[in-house]
Amino acid sequence: MQITGAEIVVRCLQEEGVEFVFGYPGGAVIEIYDAIFKQNHFRHVLVRHEQAAVHAADAYSRSSNKVGVALVTSGPGATNAVTGIATAYMDSIPLVVLSGQVSTPAIGLDAFQEVDMVGITRPCVKHNFLVKDLAELAATIKKAFYLAQSGRPGPVVVDIPKDITQQLAEFVYPATTIVRSYVPVTRGHSGQIRKAVNLLLSAQRPLIYIGGGAVQGNAADEVRELVRSLGLPCTNTLMGLGAYPGSDDHCLGMLGMHGTYEANMAMHYCDVLIAVGARFDDRVISVPEQFLAQAKKIVHIDVDPSSIAKRVKVDVPIVGDVKLVLREMLDQLKQCAELPDAGALKNWWQQIEAWRAPNSLYYAPSDTLIKPQFVVQKLYEVTGGDAIITSDVGQHQMWAAQYYHFDQPRRWINSGGLGTMGFGLPAAMGAQLANPHATVACVTGDASIQMNIQELSTCKQYHIPVKVINLNNRYLGMVRQWQELFYGNRYSETYMDALPDFVKLAEAYGHVGMRIEKPSDVEPALKEAFALKERLVFLDVITDQSENVFPMVQNGKGLNQMDLPPHMREIQQNPFENNRDYGNMC
Amino acid sequence: MRHILSILLENEAGALSRVVGLFSARGYNIDSLTVATIEDPTLSRMTIVTHGSEEVLEQITKQLNKLIEVVKVIDLNESEHIEREMMLIKVRSTGKDREEMKRMADIFRGRIIDVTDKTYTIELTGTSEKLNAFIEAIDRAVILETVRTGASGVGRGERILKI
Repeated sequence: MQITGAEIVVRCLQEEGVEFVFGYPGGAVIEIYDAIFKQNHFRHVLVRHEQAAVHAADAYSRSSNKVGVALVTSGPGATNAVTGIATAYMDSIPLVVLSGQVSTPAIGLDAFQEVDMVGITRPCVKHNFLVKDLAELAATIKKAFYLAQSGRPGPVVVDIPKDITQQLAEFVYPATTIVRSYVPVTRGHSGQIRKAVNLLLSAQRPLIYIGGGAVQGNAADEVRELVRSLGLPCTNTLMGLGAYPGSDDHCLGMLGMHGTYEANMAMHYCDVLIAVGARFDDRVISVPEQFLAQAKKIVHIDVDPSSIAKRVKVDVPIVGDVKLVLREMLDQLKQCAELPDAGALKNWWQQIEAWRAPNSLYYAPSDTLIKPQFVVQKLYEVTGGDAIITSDVGQHQMWAAQYYHFDQPRRWINSGGLGTMGFGLPAAMGAQLANPHATVACVTGDASIQMNIQELSTCKQYHIPVKVINLNNRYLGMVRQWQELFYGNRYSETYMDALPDFVKLAEAYGHVGMRIEKPSDVEPALKEAFALKERLVFLDVITDQSENVFPMVQNGKGLNQMDLPPHMREIQQNPFENNRDYGNMC
Repeated sequence: MRHILSILLENEAGALSRVVGLFSARGYNIDSLTVATIEDPTLSRMTIVTHGSEEVLEQITKQLNKLIEVVKVIDLNESEHIEREMMLIKVRSTGKDREEMKRMADIFRGRIIDVTDKTYTIELTGTSEKLNAFIEAIDRAVILETVRTGASGVGRGERILKI
């Protein structure tokens, strides 16, 4: 039986087992929406802006390990989706974004709502397609799902002209798809893995550096086994939080620009570093030369060869699926009679404990002003450390990353690579729909939340009971912090004058709003909010405006040259009080 | 350092723009680029002449391989190879200069493929350096226009770029 192209699109999504499509209708996709109306295999979630559709699909994927799907119309619908697509691309999230296009005869004629979507998205997708022939539609969608989730995952755009959705054809969904020019490596090279094992066994000061690849590659179990079986210290990147439990003593916390003192010092002074699905980006290693000035051997495991030796030259590159590579590494380790030098490891741990002792995340508490760090700590306690936390971008993002100790992967959902403000609320929607029984909270700020606040309306329509924790400091906090530290307190355009009354705004959208102005009210308010399981609660928390994120590694500085919080400023002058001899490290 | 990359890619709409877009987005250099389909019409072969440090070349190769439509990439500089570029150069040649120009074309094993009473159009094939040398050897003032194909290259002997 012949069916329309639009119906073929819907059938393809059914074949892929899609549960949710996040989207927004328009002229070019009206046929597809008509086909959606006539089916009941998946749910469509009508967002209020296409950017939010892609972020929601993205977080749906991050929190569930399935492919996220968004559907937008041509022209402005497509361009609105671009920020979401670029966000997913930077964090390697598997998405299939279907965009409408004007009819094939109209392409190139500056038709109404026409943009070159394939051209616009080319630099921020794993791959994209323009379907010019109905006969290729089903195979193209099949290919899109395959490409999105294999190898290094990423978003794939399928641009579908309107006339293709109207034409008739038989529906045949290919059982498999082979792309001869695309053969992602999965198993790592055994000889290279052997070299890595030998390096690890010979290490005096080993460190495991865990990135988002360990989360996306579902390698959390293997990471845990490696760290625990040898008793190694490890650190998670912003994207890797939860791959190794943040509350475990082997974990030194997050590293990088706002990482802990112990994580950054260990990263700088280790002698053997095992990078697992991490890419030495500029927010971790500001200046590669400074990082490499302290001699170390580096093993780099990544599914994407182009991530290896991009910023930092490594000694043992291993291309492959991190899960499979770590599994083979563990097998090889088991067959080895050797063990790492216990004495050296003990010394190394003593040094790490000395770095950890002053607690670089300490902040001065206050009885009168609400410290944003305090709010995240209370959020951690009230949710039992078991919530899915999404965030926007800025100071609140760093505080959430620092003070909410993620013990499981896929619980921390943020835009790490692109740094997209406006990500948090739509991401919370996607995460909640993927995990209907989970507690989902969006930690945001007064600036970020306003970049997609219209999604409160979507949350109302679909009864999405997320909790929004707005750390309201009336500033673009992270930019303000830089202006305070590096631009002589010239707060150029970072003061948010004329903020809305967020409580009334939440109420106007049909939700519960609460304002919290006293530290003593934080915990009761959080408890009250999370007790309202069926409702979206917007907590507008009025925080200390002057608070800064510490520790901090300034751009251009080494990881051993951190700006520490006030109580550690003296230590910074003399980081090696106990004068342990680690070669040239002093 | 100058490198010649040979790329086998799917002969699909948009494949060329992905390659070119990659170079501009990541700030790599393209000194010349040639592309055409090969005996298998589903494939195109591209030759890109670029320059950069070894680290940059490694990244270029990896990033090219990452493009879904790229089947294979080799850096011809890694072993012995042959390269050729073709140039059409139109020169003003009148009077006694006509004989001189004909002689120069012969010396460089060029062929005169179009003649008018005031101009010659010379077809010249060789390495890029040879074409440069020809331009250097003749009087700049007589050059009316030049058009160059950019270099194409192939590995020597048994070194074959095939699917």
